[in-house]
Amino acid sequence: MTTLEIVEILVRIAWLVGAVAFVIGLGRMNSPATARNGNLVSAGGMTIAVAATAILILARQSSDGGFSAVPWLIIVAGIALGGGLGLYTARAVKMTAMPQLVSLFNAVGGGAAALIAIDDYIRLANAGSHVRIDEHIFIVLDIIIGSITFTGSIIASGKLQGLIAGKPIIVPGGQLVTLALAAVTVVGALFLFATGTPNLATMVLILAAALIFGVTMTLPIGGADMPVVISLLNSFTGTAVAMAGFVINNPVLIIAGALVGASGAILTKLMADAMNRSVLNIMIGGFGGGDDAAGAVEGPGGSVRSIGADDVAIQLAYAQHVIVVPGYGLAVAQAQHAVRELAELLEERGVDVKYAIHPVAGRMPGHMNVLLAEANVPYPQLKEMDDINPEFARCDVALVIGANDVTNPAARRPGSPVSGMPILDVDQAKSIVVIKRSMGKGYAGIDNELYTNEKTGMLFADAKDGLAALTAAVKAL
Amino acid sequence: MTAEEINGLLTNLTVFTLAILVGIAVISKVPATLHTPLMSGANSIHGIVLVGAMLIALAATEPISQLVSLIAVAFATMNVVGGYVVTDRMLQMFRKKVVVTKPAADDSEAAS
Repeated sequence: MTTLEIVEILVRIAWLVGAVAFVIGLGRMNSPATARNGNLVSAGGMTIAVAATAILILARQSSDGGFSAVPWLIIVAGIALGGGLGLYTARAVKMTAMPQLVSLFNAVGGGAAALIAIDDYIRLANAGSHVRIDEHIFIVLDIIIGSITFTGSIIASGKLQGLIAGKPIIVPGGQLVTLALAAVTVVGALFLFATGTPNLATMVLILAAALIFGVTMTLPIGGADMPVVISLLNSFTGTAVAMAGFVINNPVLIIAGALVGASGAILTKLMADAMNRSVLNIMIGGFGGGDDAAGAVEGPGGSVRSIGADDVAIQLAYAQHVIVVPGYGLAVAQAQHAVRELAELLEERGVDVKYAIHPVAGRMPGHMNVLLAEANVPYPQLKEMDDINPEFARCDVALVIGANDVTNPAARRPGSPVSGMPILDVDQAKSIVVIKRSMGKGYAGIDNELYTNEKTGMLFADAKDGLAALTAAVKAL
Repeated sequence: MTAEEINGLLTNLTVFTLAILVGIAVISKVPATLHTPLMSGANSIHGIVLVGAMLIALAATEPISQLVSLIAVAFATMNVVGGYVVTDRMLQMFRKKVVVTKPAADDSEAAS
């Protein structure tokens, strides 16, 4: 064996070690106790795989007759640039803005995967040789999926950041545009497969269609559905990376890409299930111009009782058990520190405070836990839905902050858009206080029967301002 | 396609399929609380595309290929570094909280 052959074998073994580390790392994310270690194991695997690749490049260069500086310039400059940006943004980001950053990292990952296929195709086109059908299929799939995830994730990130309106944006004739883009892609791909000759113009057309499709797919989807979309796009990137692995015949890309593709798909389904919607419904619901369910079922009318901060403060201060129900509105108003402050004040007065966390509270599953953990809320006070639901009957005051559909008792009856969605049994509490900016409807677009419940008082305020007013009022008691 | 090419393709497809099954098996056990860190962690793993980006940089001779591979390396590294750092930041908070309040956690578990 030549030296190069030996190095090639050792590098493949190192890649295998990296792939195993990814699987073990993901596995260790099973529990909070081992999760951080799992992430480090995965990062270690990544380091090994990248270092091995650098050695492989050196070995190939020296067997090709000498060291060339240009590839190293590209690699070092790219790593310095990307690594610097990644490190800076990841360190500087506020935890509330974390979902959009994850989406941005996802975008560049998908972009890199698409670029690998584009580069490969340019080389094939320059050589002008026949392209095997399997090569063509993987290149086309990599370019399509990678491009959709690139623009789609950027739009999703922009929506979460508030740079693009969070509301569903309806593109005029959106469905026609989608159909046209799909037609361009399919016809272009079939043409390439049939001819077997590399054709750059057709590939550029497919690339453009996929890039536009990523935009039109994500734009019409409302802010509350963004977690599902980001998770779906994460799964797409994994798949695109696996396709890139097929294109350059690299096993570690195939393994890691497939792992992420599978995990993203499962997460997406879990999130959609928790909202009692199908993934297809979320994607097409946007295309069709919003949720048709809106207005289909009118909640029973009824009067709403408005309540002042002082009254709420008295209720809270003299309660024994209080359950806080944080929702999307709390995340938007970035009120997690305000809620912890109020809870600590109440605990000093001997009130037992717990948090009821719905699986889809916040902007991503588990996001609410992260936000509250960041605000130093003790971890054991955060209760999952199934654990906390029996406790509502014993609780004196349920304080709902910016949560809507996940508390709507209408979900227990058939015939409502939220029917069957798992909800928090807030209506079982002895008294209910809802902090909400207005009587605006939740994502499902229906009235929340909880608000017209006779036990419910509505404190109309922004989550942060409302909590600050409550904290001040409790202090004044 | 020659038999050798078909065999190579099948080897890759086998690896791909089994990796999907491993992914499903490993991930369906993760509790909802950790879904966001998990998504972020999985997000860093597809930064492995950096390996591919480095390899196309090696082969890049045309200026266009060199530009494409430079962008690919930068994108992929941002994915890797940013992904792992932000995931670690999230998980750090979880762990700290669990350790600090360990007795309380045990109590509540015993009670329920």
